[in-house]
Amino acid sequence: MSTLTHRKERTTAPTQTQAWSIPRAHIREEAEGYLLLLEMPGVAKEGVEITVENQELTIVGHRSDANLKGEPLHRESRPHDYRRVFDLDPAIDTGRITAKIEHGVATLRLPKAEKVKPRKIVVSD
Amino acid sequence: MNIIRYQEPELSSSPFGRLESLREEVNRLLENPFFGLNRSGGLVSGWNPVVDVTQDKDFVYIKAELPGLKKEEIDLSLHEGVLTIAGERQREHQQEGEKVYREERTFGRFQRSIALPIAVNSDAIKAAYRDGILTIELPKAEEAKPKQIEVNLS
Repeated sequence: MSTLTHRKERTTAPTQTQAWSIPRAHIREEAEGYLLLLEMPGVAKEGVEITVENQELTIVGHRSDANLKGEPLHRESRPHDYRRVFDLDPAIDTGRITAKIEHGVATLRLPKAEKVKPRKIVVSD
Repeated sequence: MNIIRYQEPELSSSPFGRLESLREEVNRLLENPFFGLNRSGGLVSGWNPVVDVTQDKDFVYIKAELPGLKKEEIDLSLHEGVLTIAGERQREHQQEGEKVYREERTFGRFQRSIALPIAVNSDAIKAAYRDGILTIELPKAEEAKPKQIEVNLS
């Protein structure tokens, strides 16, 4: 259970009353590390907050899209900002995490620390 | 004894991992009771983007969440008072040696059709796309707007 960016179920922080939307996620492992994609439509670059603390990765996305003008006829969207928390694999080098957001999808690269990458040891003569 | 600490990721096989993902699915269902249902009520595996519609005196406004799509990948059409938003979200090509741990995103073709509440001036529709959100402004047709009739009482 100590591996991967495993989600800790905490959609609403216990000390807060604010409601959050849970962004849909895609997580995959590549040779160099993990790739985490989060769907956060309405969030611009300035609206993304990423923090790492105690092997816990928190991603918050503040929406900057305005509500539609006029009287509502049909509504499916939720106005809340996004938030999701993941437990980090200790193998992840938290100092080298990078992030970008494009078309409302945030992409985080979580590289593995050099020391945990499988390696070949050459036997010397 | 371990010389190099290497942990085999086990999320997909661990019973805790499975329980955890089941719990998440349930939470997601509770959060949005219509998740996984299309408008006709059947279960669909495809993508059904979120849409809002509002209106004021002069316009009908539509907003659709299309995260991950490029502007060029969105098709908009208006036919007999029905506005259709369509497109396709491509799944990324998977490379060898990759392991997918979690896939909550949906891919493939989508189409949402919205019957407009009133006739609109189709030559003056404006659409903008930003941060995965499509917004459309449709001016109501003059002849469809309610009119004030002045009655002169003498």
